Amino acid sequence: MGESIIKLVGITKVFPGVVANDNVNLEIREGEIHAIVGENGAGKSTLMKIIYGLYQPTDGQIYIRGRLTNVTNPQVAIKNGIGMVHQHFMLVPSFTAAENLVLGSEPQKNGLFMDFDKAVKITKELSEKYGLYVDPYQKVEDLSVGIQQRIEILKVLYRGADILILDEPTAVLTPQESQELFAIMRRLVEDMGKTIIIITHKLQEVLEVSHRVSVMRRGKLVGTMDTRDATEQILAEMMVGKEVVFEKFHANQNIGEKLLEVRDLVVRDNRGFIAVDGVSFSIAAGEILGVAGVEGNGQTELVEALTGLRKLEEGSIFVKGRDMAKGSPSDFRRMGIAHIPEDRLKTGLAPEASVNENLMMGYQHKKPYEGLGMKLNKKAISQKTAQLIRQFDIRTPSGQTRVKSLSGGNMQKLVVAREFSFDSPILIIAQPTRGLDVGAIEFIHRLIIDMRDAGRAILLVSADLDEIFRLSDRIVTIYEGKLTGEFRTADVTKQEIGLYMTGKNLSTAG
Amino acid sequence: MYREIFNITLLQNTIRTATPLILAALGGLLTSHTGILNIGMEGMILLGAFFGVAGSYFFESYLMGILFAVASGIIIGLIFALFVIRLKSDEFIVGIAINMFAGGLTMFLLRSIFGVKGAFSSPRIQPLPDISISFLENIPVLNVLLNDHSLFVYVSWILVIAIYIFLYKTPYGLWFRAAGEFPEALDTVGISSNRIKFISSILCGIFCGFAGVHLSLGYLTLFTENMSANRGFIALAAIIFGAANPLMTYVAALIFGFFDALGIRLQGVGIPSQFTQMFPYIVTVLVLILVVKRERDKKRAHQARQKGLDKSQIKAADNLAK
Repeated sequence: MGESIIKLVGITKVFPGVVANDNVNLEIREGEIHAIVGENGAGKSTLMKIIYGLYQPTDGQIYIRGRLTNVTNPQVAIKNGIGMVHQHFMLVPSFTAAENLVLGSEPQKNGLFMDFDKAVKITKELSEKYGLYVDPYQKVEDLSVGIQQRIEILKVLYRGADILILDEPTAVLTPQESQELFAIMRRLVEDMGKTIIIITHKLQEVLEVSHRVSVMRRGKLVGTMDTRDATEQILAEMMVGKEVVFEKFHANQNIGEKLLEVRDLVVRDNRGFIAVDGVSFSIAAGEILGVAGVEGNGQTELVEALTGLRKLEEGSIFVKGRDMAKGSPSDFRRMGIAHIPEDRLKTGLAPEASVNENLMMGYQHKKPYEGLGMKLNKKAISQKTAQLIRQFDIRTPSGQTRVKSLSGGNMQKLVVAREFSFDSPILIIAQPTRGLDVGAIEFIHRLIIDMRDAGRAILLVSADLDEIFRLSDRIVTIYEGKLTGEFRTADVTKQEIGLYMTGKNLSTAG
Repeated sequence: MYREIFNITLLQNTIRTATPLILAALGGLLTSHTGILNIGMEGMILLGAFFGVAGSYFFESYLMGILFAVASGIIIGLIFALFVIRLKSDEFIVGIAINMFAGGLTMFLLRSIFGVKGAFSSPRIQPLPDISISFLENIPVLNVLLNDHSLFVYVSWILVIAIYIFLYKTPYGLWFRAAGEFPEALDTVGISSNRIKFISSILCGIFCGFAGVHLSLGYLTLFTENMSANRGFIALAAIIFGAANPLMTYVAALIFGFFDALGIRLQGVGIPSQFTQMFPYIVTVLVLILVVKRERDKKRAHQARQKGLDKSQIKAADNLAK
């Protein structure tokens, strides 16, 4: 392994209200595969975008091959031999593989025309040289994601990159395609002398393919080590951290009847892939079931299925014993399922509407808020909203204020106020405190516990393990759409959960 | 009677009436490739027609007429791009605004500069020249059909070919198409997709200027209020019908031009003009129905393909898991 090829010194990146990277020092050596792992929101992608010139660091220096370099835009990065394979492919669907490969640096003839034959020839040569076979004439829209990724890698190589950044390259691949990718990566490093940085949160992959590994957590670089010294345990511990920030709540002894039961649920994602794969669980009144997992392992689709927003492929959902398989979102609401969606701005709120309107949404047709002849009962509504604003401490100039001007914490309190206050016995809660400050987190956590003590059945999906541990009575781990374990919170450690949610299977647990 | 209507002159007229459509459509298809639906072509044509007449009148030179029309096209194309791309306004609203602005401005200038209402003509206005091609003169049918047309008829033919080559045979054409379909792909390889969109908007303004000046100095030698007469919208229909391919779009423009010419000739045999004027619009509606069907079929086929793709991948994954 060679000497330092990229060196980051004190890189800090502050977005309004969030520190995405906090004084990161990182060294990439020539000819290594360097894995960067961490939970979602740990700051991995931000760091890579800084190296590639898509973001400018707030503070810190970047040295490329020992030279202090100001990477002001991707062109500077490309000139310095850095290429990035984005998680979402940057390919034009109706163009052929060859056209996509050369886009922006096309071979020309007669000074004006594009040389399509040469583009095809380049594609074939590069395919051959790196063992990344693609059909130059095929249109990208007709190719599988695995092949599309090859084109992306070839694109980067065509532009002369010798440092490749791969942003979650296996997220879209089948296991077989992932194995192929690893073989390609090894070949690029061992035979071609390239350097590769791979971002991932799958620990097995790290151990399998990398030489060294760096772990990030909450914007900070926790540590870098040789992969041969690392184990899944060590990495999982570094990823999720040890400190417990909040005091624990007392457990609820008062468990009631089963309110929500899910059997063998199978759900597909937007691309048609199976996202939730044979999931079964049940939740009783007065109980919180936490779903722990790295984001993108089917949680979103699970929540959408449980609220009627996504149709089931197989399996059944019973709400108070009634099969909801064919229910619409309003059927689910009518049966008493309230939903705090993971994206409050996109699905939880209507940002252009007022606080009052948002507080009543979905309940405006209920008595007494709907008066005679479908007319809204303004008086009942304003009484209710005023009470909710007070009770949930929503800091807003008035009920008429547009929601988009509120802070994130107050927006979330608004969603919580609406979903918690219309007597729904079942609460589906996703990422309830994402991006909130400590005070707001504490406030919302207390509300969730109050709801539990009042006998609601609660499903809590969160990417924050601390949150899962603090609130849940039971925890299930989800990995690639399957439940890999179920535990009583008191009987399990965070490190164990960390292992299960990064793919350790029940069968190998012993 | 049929002989009077359906003869070679009808085809000759078709070429004339199709020319402003194809000139505007060529501009519009460039923006449509870069991902902008330009509703404002109608107004851009009208401005070109007015400033063409103004330039020709003041300098007694058709070249100055063309220059004025091109200048107005560049300016209005820039304004359109500024609002749609830089300020991210809704392209539909900006297009409508340009149409209303063009209608009002030309009416206002007609009165304040030339002191007339409705229409302006003058012997000082120099029309565009007709082009005679000597070797065609001895060929019977082609001579009537192709020879002695106004300048921009020939320009439009050259442009159809040139733009086809530009879009499909040059790197810049690749950039234009990428900018519309997947701008991020272009941005990440270091080419600003917004810049490409800007250029396409300005080119659209220029081509609509050509269409306008052809109307007011080639087709006729005068300016009348609203003389663009919805040609901008029919050009848009031609683009959609021709799937934004220059050659196909020209065919579409010829079809619309044919019915336009037919309508004019039918008036000559006593069919009410109110009726014959509906022709191009009825054809437009019928054509768009076909287009919608075609697009839907294409989308379905694509979805079916994708589904097959996903299924095979899932199968591969499943096999491996076993």
